[in-house]
Amino acid sequence: MKLEPAERMTVSETTVARVRERARLIRRSALEMIVKAGNGHPGGDMSSADILAALYFGVLRFDPKKPLDPGRDRFVMSKGHCSGAFYSALAMAGFFPEADLASYMKPLSKLNAHPCSAYLPGVETSTGPLGHGMPVAVGMAIAAQIDNAPYRVFVLTGDGEQQEGSNWEAGMTAGHRKLSNLTLIIDRNRLQQGARTEDTVGLEPLADKWRAFGWDVEEIDGHDHAQLLRVLAAPATPRHKPLCVIANTTKGRGVSFMCDQAKWHHGVPDAAQFATAMKELEA
Amino acid sequence: MTAVNLRTAYGEALVRLGRKDWRVMALEADLGKSTQSVMFQAEFPDRYFQMGIAEQDMTSTAAGMALAGMIPFVHTFAIFATGRAYDQLRNSICVPNLNVRICGSSAGLSDFGDGKTHQSIEDVALMRAIPHMSVVCPADSIECEKMMECLLDWEGPVYIRINRNDLPFVTPPDEPYHIGKVTQLRDGRHVAIFAAGVMVSIALEAAKTLEAEGISARVVNVSTIKPLDRDAIVRYAAGVEAIVTAEEHSLIGGLGSAVMEALRSVAHAPVEFVGVPDTFGVSAEGYDGLMARYGLTPATVVKTAKALLKRT
Repeated sequence: MKLEPAERMTVSETTVARVRERARLIRRSALEMIVKAGNGHPGGDMSSADILAALYFGVLRFDPKKPLDPGRDRFVMSKGHCSGAFYSALAMAGFFPEADLASYMKPLSKLNAHPCSAYLPGVETSTGPLGHGMPVAVGMAIAAQIDNAPYRVFVLTGDGEQQEGSNWEAGMTAGHRKLSNLTLIIDRNRLQQGARTEDTVGLEPLADKWRAFGWDVEEIDGHDHAQLLRVLAAPATPRHKPLCVIANTTKGRGVSFMCDQAKWHHGVPDAAQFATAMKELEA
Repeated sequence: MTAVNLRTAYGEALVRLGRKDWRVMALEADLGKSTQSVMFQAEFPDRYFQMGIAEQDMTSTAAGMALAGMIPFVHTFAIFATGRAYDQLRNSICVPNLNVRICGSSAGLSDFGDGKTHQSIEDVALMRAIPHMSVVCPADSIECEKMMECLLDWEGPVYIRINRNDLPFVTPPDEPYHIGKVTQLRDGRHVAIFAAGVMVSIALEAAKTLEAEGISARVVNVSTIKPLDRDAIVRYAAGVEAIVTAEEHSLIGGLGSAVMEALRSVAHAPVEFVGVPDTFGVSAEGYDGLMARYGLTPATVVKTAKALLKRT
């Protein structure tokens, strides 16, 4: 089993370039899927594409041929509605054929609107209802401690999702238990479905809150591949706390007309918009 | 020796499972003395997780542990396990079909003193409706011990309904048990009484009274409410003139509903339910008094059977 693809200590130019290219392809793939399905969440897919690319092509240790290998790193996609980007990353990582992406949201497709672990290899657990991923990831991190296993657990939540109290219950538990093998990434694009997070139920000061819960916090540019790799691939061992990475992002990133627009949380580009988007996402 | 008290028997059985299988973990939401998960804590402190007063978090955390190959048992009062953490049970545990065991303790009216906020009379309805979830409700400590043994190998989530009181021994100690089993404890030809949990012993008492009045009653212990052995229900409902269901639960959505669902496509005798009417409970000085308030007594079972048989 090849469990060491990631350069954990140093971030090489090659890795950064690989992640950058994968992020571009994830964005293109997600938009194609959404247009084909006539449904989806392009804003969040675009804001999380760089995070997912960094994880699957520079951070996580896994073997797509052995998706249940006990030693693998775990990733929980708590913001399951951004399945366009998530499925694209999984397919590109080799968990299932990229051709399957064309069946996104079709009746009986394994590529359910929200990820389902029973259907797809690489999906650690079913997600979609917000606020579920964090406590499940905490359970996985506790299990790793019980087993004295070296794997790490990563969970990605939206920022609006942080309004769910379950995150904070789980945050207390992880802080109390000093789960240094756990990393929470918050896709901080500052928009939720209806409006800005700070105009809905404000989250700030978000970093201070997580610090107060007993976590280390890193605030980074969530579209800077080198920063993502440096922070996420850094070894967990010298730390004695769980890590919260606030990845500052832009909803719709990569597609000019979608950027920072709440209306693109959920929506399908028309033919002209799709053509514009794909042109912007050319290499 | 088997404890008469159901939660004590549960706690002891959990310790035995812990000895047998390292994958067994216990999670608790600060009610360990009430649920008796403290017994597990004493023997396996490294496999016991005090999650604080955070039932939702406890439930999803158990899902994460199950995903890593463990068999977590979560503990709290039935009302919090099924109500407060319903969404976590449904989405974190049942959707991915994980091997989590949910101990709903102080179930039914057995937390008589704490009143309506703590009594769970709708938990079976809630749990039964979730796909993948199994629902078991032991009639006594003997059956509870056997059920627990089955929980190592059973695939998927299981809700175990545990009362806090003592229960008379009514199930045969030497008979093998498996989840899904529906057992006839007494045969009869006039009325069939389907009962679960504490109501099994009450139904047996009622059967004795009925016998003295010349009415022969069959008593069936439905300790697995889901998956329900539909064939067994149909078989035991056949050949009698009346059918009574008896449960320490709301009349809506519990055992009575499950039995009627099982009988829906077959001809059957008239059916009546004994259970808690559509109302919240109240604080009471004692369990028996509270049970009597809602008619969960042998006398009500007798009266209900006789009314159906037009023998009043």
